[in-house]
Amino acid sequence: MTADVVATRRAAPRSGARRLLSRHWYAWAMIAPVVIVMLVLVGYPLVRGVYLSLTDATEGNMGRTIGMNVIPSTYEFVGLKNYADILTSSEFLGRLTWTVVWTVVCVALHVSIGLGLAMLLNRPMRLRSLYRILLVLPWAVPAFVSAFIWRYLLNGEFGVVNAMLRAAGFAGISWLDDPFWAKVSVIACNVWLGVPFMMLALLGGLQAIPRELHEAAEVDGATPWQRFRHITLPGLRPVSSTVVLLGTIWTFNQFPVIFLLTKGGPGGATEILVTYAYRQAFEGIRNYSGSAAWGMVILALLVVMATVYRRALRQQGEAW
Amino acid sequence: MVSRAAPAPAGAWSRDRRSPGKSIALHLTLIAASIVSVFPVAWLVLTSLKPRTVIETASVAPIDHPTFANYTQVLGETRFLTWAANSVVVSLITAVLGVLLSATTGYAVSRFRFPGFRSVMWMLLITQMFPVAILIVPIYNLMAGLGLINQFPSLVIAYLTSTVPFCAWMMKGYFDTVPTSIDEAGRVDGLTPFGTFWRLILPLAKPGLAVAAFYSFITAWAEVAYATAFMTGDDKYTLAVGLSQFVGQHKAEWGLLTASSVLIAIPAAVVFLLVQRHLVTGLTAGATKA
Repeated sequence: MTADVVATRRAAPRSGARRLLSRHWYAWAMIAPVVIVMLVLVGYPLVRGVYLSLTDATEGNMGRTIGMNVIPSTYEFVGLKNYADILTSSEFLGRLTWTVVWTVVCVALHVSIGLGLAMLLNRPMRLRSLYRILLVLPWAVPAFVSAFIWRYLLNGEFGVVNAMLRAAGFAGISWLDDPFWAKVSVIACNVWLGVPFMMLALLGGLQAIPRELHEAAEVDGATPWQRFRHITLPGLRPVSSTVVLLGTIWTFNQFPVIFLLTKGGPGGATEILVTYAYRQAFEGIRNYSGSAAWGMVILALLVVMATVYRRALRQQGEAW
Repeated sequence: MVSRAAPAPAGAWSRDRRSPGKSIALHLTLIAASIVSVFPVAWLVLTSLKPRTVIETASVAPIDHPTFANYTQVLGETRFLTWAANSVVVSLITAVLGVLLSATTGYAVSRFRFPGFRSVMWMLLITQMFPVAILIVPIYNLMAGLGLINQFPSLVIAYLTSTVPFCAWMMKGYFDTVPTSIDEAGRVDGLTPFGTFWRLILPLAKPGLAVAAFYSFITAWAEVAYATAFMTGDDKYTLAVGLSQFVGQHKAEWGLLTASSVLIAIPAAVVFLLVQRHLVTGLTAGATKA
């Protein structure tokens, strides 16, 4: 870029490393704070996490300090045992399948409902800003508050959803206590939470598509579906690829909704990988090593996801 | 940019051509969607005004013996205000540190191509994906070793692991929208790259900084996992942890829960609705650029 050009001219022809340093030292100095913070706050714990995942550390054999007494750690190195346990357990496939179903269903519903509403809101009409505010409301409420709201709405005994069902002559459903309905409930809550962001982001994308394109296509006799398929969708691609990535990461890691709405229950039916790893580490006898190994498995999945995403970006010509 | 794309006056032509039937269908769909979106929140507010005896019956009456008893109990007999103060302190420190640490990086990756550029971008993308599950155990153990469990610094440190890369990423998007001709002008006038950043770009980027800070704030404010694991004494709880105490395993104080939820949600929602346009722009910046 410009800065580089200026810097290149200024740099005297010297040997390789020196020239690099004189040309790029300010860029490196500018990224230094983040790189250092990330190495200390993420890199070091990550390395330690890898190490813990190769041991048998639990609450019992972890070193700690009680008052003046320092109790040393007695956990041992066990190699890949934790990973072998995870990959051969029936728990792993079940958790993974549900996490994938949960992520795919939620993101698909977020994007399709969000796009539908964005297209409705993109027309000139009365009360548009009012609708917009009302529809954004779920995003404005902190997620943990929403999880509590839904827990109350879906309460089997005195929740308003069941009360309305009964008033309409149906039997109530035990939303949070039946494995199937609990899954429906967490998805419903998360869809409610996530649609507004998608709607606003896609609305922004729609408004960035030049109006003339639609008008020209209409003059040429394109049907509404053809216009949607060949103008709207390609025009949205830069925004939609970003929001789908963000949405996937957020949903994959959606801790509060599951943890506060169902606590992963009933019987682990709604437990996603993230809440499962958390529960291992902080409930019952704390299994630090097992949880760390689950964490690494999750990291591996995310890296695969990021790689696929970056490859897709590159094919679209975004180069980095 | 999204924020500048005002409702197009050019749209007048299509309103004329919409038939009344289509118009009604459009409004009915939007009204139905708005009801779904608003109902849970509205019901929360209504419930918080009911006495406990009514809350724990399957009553569908929107208003029933209205009372402020739940609110007076939350404010007077629980630690709600302490928890709120804790949440604000932790979130504020996280937001300020996050922006201070990441601003120059956002600028550097927006303007310069340098050896290591791709690794930095890759690191920023990957660390954003880091879920709690990967880091929580090692960070917990490190904090326990440092004696910081149940102390605010441990939470701030844990939150910085996600807000710093996120802020840098968002600010890169924002700096991308600032024309490079400004940098060139600064360089012509003899400013160093740092001088250009500090004197010219940073003042222009204040809205971007504000959005990144706000986003960090609400992320920290609504975080559940670290706060639940790290904060063990009820004088140190943040709101997310404190509220779960109201609906624990053995008792469920729905009156307290709904009243405190309203007290949290209303200021949060008002601020949020004021800035949401900028927030969306920030999150998708770079993508919406024409």
